Amino acid sequence: MEIIMSVVIGFLFMAAVYLMLSKSLIRIIIGTGLLSHGAHLLLLTMGGLGGMAPPVVADGVSVADYADPLPQALILTAIVISFAVTSFFLVLAYRAYQELGTDNMNLMRGTEDYE
Amino acid sequence: MSNLLLFPILIPLLFAIVLMFFPKNVSLQRSTAIAGAAATLIAAITLLVKVQNDGVQAITLGSWPAPFGISMVSDLLSVLLVLSASLITFFVILYSIPTIGEARERSFYYSGIMFLLVGVNGAFTTGDIFNLFVFVEVLLMSSYMLIVHGGEKPQLRESIKYLLVNIISSALFVSAVAYLYSVTGTLNMADLAVKIPQIESTGILTLIAVMFLVVFGFKASIFPLYFWLPGSYYAPPTPILALFGALLTKVGVYAIMRTYTLFFTMNTGFTHELLAIVSILTILAGCIGALAYFDVKKIIIYNIIIAVGVILFGVSQLNEAGINGSIFYLVHDMLIKAALFFLVGIVAVIFGTTNLREMGGLMKTYPFLGWVYLIAAFGLAGIPPLSGFPGKLLIVQGGFEGPHFWGSIIILATSLLVLLSAMRIFIYAFWGEPRETMPLEKTTYRRMLIPSVVLVIITIVLGVGAEMFMPLIQGAGEVLLNPSIYIDAVLKE
Repeated sequence: MEIIMSVVIGFLFMAAVYLMLSKSLIRIIIGTGLLSHGAHLLLLTMGGLGGMAPPVVADGVSVADYADPLPQALILTAIVISFAVTSFFLVLAYRAYQELGTDNMNLMRGTEDYE
Repeated sequence: MSNLLLFPILIPLLFAIVLMFFPKNVSLQRSTAIAGAAATLIAAITLLVKVQNDGVQAITLGSWPAPFGISMVSDLLSVLLVLSASLITFFVILYSIPTIGEARERSFYYSGIMFLLVGVNGAFTTGDIFNLFVFVEVLLMSSYMLIVHGGEKPQLRESIKYLLVNIISSALFVSAVAYLYSVTGTLNMADLAVKIPQIESTGILTLIAVMFLVVFGFKASIFPLYFWLPGSYYAPPTPILALFGALLTKVGVYAIMRTYTLFFTMNTGFTHELLAIVSILTILAGCIGALAYFDVKKIIIYNIIIAVGVILFGVSQLNEAGINGSIFYLVHDMLIKAALFFLVGIVAVIFGTTNLREMGGLMKTYPFLGWVYLIAAFGLAGIPPLSGFPGKLLIVQGGFEGPHFWGSIIILATSLLVLLSAMRIFIYAFWGEPRETMPLEKTTYRRMLIPSVVLVIITIVLGVGAEMFMPLIQGAGEVLLNPSIYIDAVLKE
């Protein structure tokens, strides 16, 4: 199971890198979404996929059967953080499109302001 | 009182929340922000005295036993950095009042600064690797808000790049934590330091160590990962730039210092060799940038990169002189960078441009500013009585004692280039034919000058009184060189 998950996560990372190297800003943001999905699934997988019972104390479940609760808490934290950052990024992209009139990263170099 | 080490985090958090209730009342915003920064400063000084007298302070939140709860640890290194960060934030707020403009002050500017201080102080104090990630996100989120605050075109353009780079490095941070957790099964730094030496196959740990170097290298702007910094830091106004230049990269430097002395010591032949090479390349890349530009802000921005390289070279040597030198240089560099950005900001306001070619002759009209800038530039380069000297001396000594004597030679040689880059600002802006200047009100000038001058005086005291501060630096270095002190303080309870 961990092997399959690793391959899927690898594919997500690959797709994220491909999208983030493109010119269009919205593709880049989709890429960051895929990247954080990959990172969260990696966190879940690396915690180990043994243990079938959800980590809620219940009668008749031995300790070995519970899923590891720590990675789940870490993922929950990472999800809300990446959610906040993504929403900020989307609003920033919208404002940048209004002000700069482009979503093409090649046109956002701005070297003329430097020298 | 065992909760004392949380005060430098809780006080700015409280003030940041209070500041959000009355955004339109500018004078109340200013006084509340000053009060908050001053209270944080006092808490940090009290904590420094406490740690100096009683040794490493550690607390595990919620009274859970140590590896299971979140530990907060304050040793001398972290408390020195917390103190410097609080001090700089205090001066940045004083400097912001005449420069940032009322429109920005009305839209949660001081809240943003306070939240940034929460993130920085938390990142310096935490003893848990995932909690470090959360505090880094707190400070990054505030820095996103501050870098785009005002919404000018260059700010919008550069903050997109800044955001993207930091989102990628945060995702890598989560991945690195995932690998570390699957190998060791713990996230507490002291517990990691106990468990990692017990693991026999060090290959995977070396890989994770390099991954953490990449993650923190993005934050600290080390050699191949510094590409985002010159553009992004150029965009925001001077007080925000001073705050970023003094604090943000130093969090990455601190994290590398902590991880590479506390638990990634299993294969120093590879990891620390890599760190030494990368830090030398960082210095060279920064020097090229600092000499290439005719722009006052760009020159100081590239000097941030040079200083990161110098500090990390000291860390990579893993001997007493190198580590002590790095700690001294880290504190010195935070203060001097903030002071230099303040002074350069005044020069830029007087001329109405940051281009060196359009400046000249300021020595006749503003002689005091000129002399203060000269002292700060000498301090940056490390001229003996000033604060850059003792740290760099120890780092160079560490290099000669360790295997990388060539690194020390490069640091000595590049000090000349640092001096040249800082003196070029002095020669172009203060000497030569007087150029046309923008009218600057006497009171505004004075209110901008006072925080800068006080900060420069503090760096002079740090340099002249280096003997007085050495016990603190050596105490901090001792904990880094003997991780057992750190582990005992956290796990004994």
